[in-house]
Amino acid sequence: MNVARVALFVTCLNDTLAPQAGIATAQVLERIGCEVVFPEEQTCCGQMHANSGYGEQALPLLRRFVRVFSDPAFDAIVSPSASCVTMIHDQYPRLAELAGDEELAAQVAALAPKVFELTGFLVEQMGVDDVGACFPHRVTYHPTCHGLRGLKLGDAPLRLLRNVRDIELVELPEATTCCGFGGTFAVKNADTSAAMLADKLRCVTETGAEVCAAGDSSCLLHIGGGLRRLRTGVRTMHVAEILAQTS
Amino acid sequence: MKFQDAAPRELANAQQRRNLRKATSTIRAKRAAVVDEVEDWEALREAGAEIKERALRHLGTHLERLEETVTAAGGTVHWARDAAEANAKVAELTRQAGSEEVIKVKSMATDEIGLNAALAAEGIAAHETDLAELIVQLAGDRPSHILVPAIHRNRVEIRDLFERELGERGLSSEPAELTAAARRYLRERFLRVRVGVSGANFAVAETGTVCVLESEGNGRMCTTLPQTLITVMGIEKVLPRFEDLGVMLQLLPRSSTGERMNPYTSLWTGTTAGDGPRDFHLVLLDNGRTATLADELGRQALRCIRCSACLNVCPVYERAGGHAYGNTYPGPIGAILAPQLSGLEEHTSLPWASSLCGACYEVCPVKIEIPSLLVHLRGRIVRERKEEPLGERLAMATMARIFSSRRRYEAAQRGRGMTKLAAHLPGPLRTWSEVREAPEAPAQTFRQWWRSR
Repeated sequence: MNVARVALFVTCLNDTLAPQAGIATAQVLERIGCEVVFPEEQTCCGQMHANSGYGEQALPLLRRFVRVFSDPAFDAIVSPSASCVTMIHDQYPRLAELAGDEELAAQVAALAPKVFELTGFLVEQMGVDDVGACFPHRVTYHPTCHGLRGLKLGDAPLRLLRNVRDIELVELPEATTCCGFGGTFAVKNADTSAAMLADKLRCVTETGAEVCAAGDSSCLLHIGGGLRRLRTGVRTMHVAEILAQTS
Repeated sequence: MKFQDAAPRELANAQQRRNLRKATSTIRAKRAAVVDEVEDWEALREAGAEIKERALRHLGTHLERLEETVTAAGGTVHWARDAAEANAKVAELTRQAGSEEVIKVKSMATDEIGLNAALAAEGIAAHETDLAELIVQLAGDRPSHILVPAIHRNRVEIRDLFERELGERGLSSEPAELTAAARRYLRERFLRVRVGVSGANFAVAETGTVCVLESEGNGRMCTTLPQTLITVMGIEKVLPRFEDLGVMLQLLPRSSTGERMNPYTSLWTGTTAGDGPRDFHLVLLDNGRTATLADELGRQALRCIRCSACLNVCPVYERAGGHAYGNTYPGPIGAILAPQLSGLEEHTSLPWASSLCGACYEVCPVKIEIPSLLVHLRGRIVRERKEEPLGERLAMATMARIFSSRRRYEAAQRGRGMTKLAAHLPGPLRTWSEVREAPEAPAQTFRQWWRSR
């Protein structure tokens, strides 16, 4: 794909609580030659509402997303969040159908194929698996459920990480098991979520990694919050942040 | 009891957590190995889903055909609208056969309707003959898994139970020795009891053939030795054609026990003079299935062939265990099936008992889109006001209002509005910080950085 212009779908969570992931995404995309634009009317894709059973309230947010990003000048819409991209691909068509709005459904059908998660976009669309990064640290990678099973990113994130100069990548035991975040699951079923988190933290600390990386800031807030509570000294970083590092 | 209220007690049971972790990881590995060796597994799943969809689309037609073929083969078909009707029918048929006890093949349908308790109330003793069901029955316990109902017990616990309940002395905890003790106890019942009760994995409309898969041979005993055989079958178990079994019998054992083929597959068609039961009764059970069928997306749950692969891969099930689900069907399939069978009147907390990680859908042999169904049912429960989490409704409405305007969103980012929102969520926010540090507020938002660069 010969992309000239990429619209950054940063997500409300990154925008508000993990801006470094959004900044890194913009930097990496620009480094490989994309023109990055940030439509400032964007807010939230509505995933929290839809996943919690409030699909009707997600609908205006869906309409907003479609309005903001359906600009023919955008060749692609790229996001540092597998879970929000899964929302667009999997749930938007169903929500539009549920609303009985055929025009909206058609707009979603046209837009969704242009919406990509960052690592999948780099590897599959741009054919780039080395972004020229350097990160001399011991890192373990947690594949998030939405990246792994939702978008089927496969080894795209790992290919990018393996090509980072001086990185020491260590495999995470039971990597494909959910960390236990799950959006409102973490508060509605707090005890079960905490039990899942405890097992994930044990696996992370077993690796002896300095950094636990993943492609979703939501999971990273959950894992990172747990790592800090236990004073493990292990940091969490979005994959984009590592890819943005040059020394 | 709601899942979130039942789970903490189960999570605190360290022995059960270890038992579950060991058992589910063993079955997961076995399943993965035998699925990987099938080259066209995905095509097989597709075929399985298609067969079940076809069966459900014209369910009434197939069931009437089944009634014809079973009747023509010498069996008798009964229709039961709900648990009470099915239980009453089984009790009546047992008494007609002149018996005060039945031997049972492991069956989810009879668990679902609480048959054993209903028979006991009528003075009829039901003896479970599947080893794990026997363990659960002797312990006065409840099953916690579809396929391996005593998964929460380890063999030392079972040894102690057998010494206590079967009068066995000096047993070791070796599986072979425990099994031998159960065999001694069960053999006498197989030979004595004149009524057998089973469920059905499948029933073929075309031929009137009923099919049960099992591993221990107890099912074969129960379906061949008694004079009377009563099968209680959920109406969604019907398959249109005999050749459909060709797909299902490949999918089920690999998905459930992680075997290429299960040890015993029993198929019977009505009755045969001089061979097996003289009377065969098939009780067709609705119990919420027709209502489930009316939900275009939710009906996918009726494709389920009770393999339990989704339980074994579910991180929530592995930790909380089956009892936390509070009904016959635990795990991801239970979370979409139980609320629907009850007409969304019960088990309404179950669709939230999932992090939506998607591991269940990946292994489902009939491709039930479990995560999508969970979200769909959450939507129905909220929409139809089956639960009234007032604080949550307010919080969601507030958030939706904030996100629907750039001005309000940016104001909330700067701190205004967020305090208003937090006022609605004191409980949930507290649970977050019990095990996690709260995220540190960054110096600037992404959009502030974007504008300033």
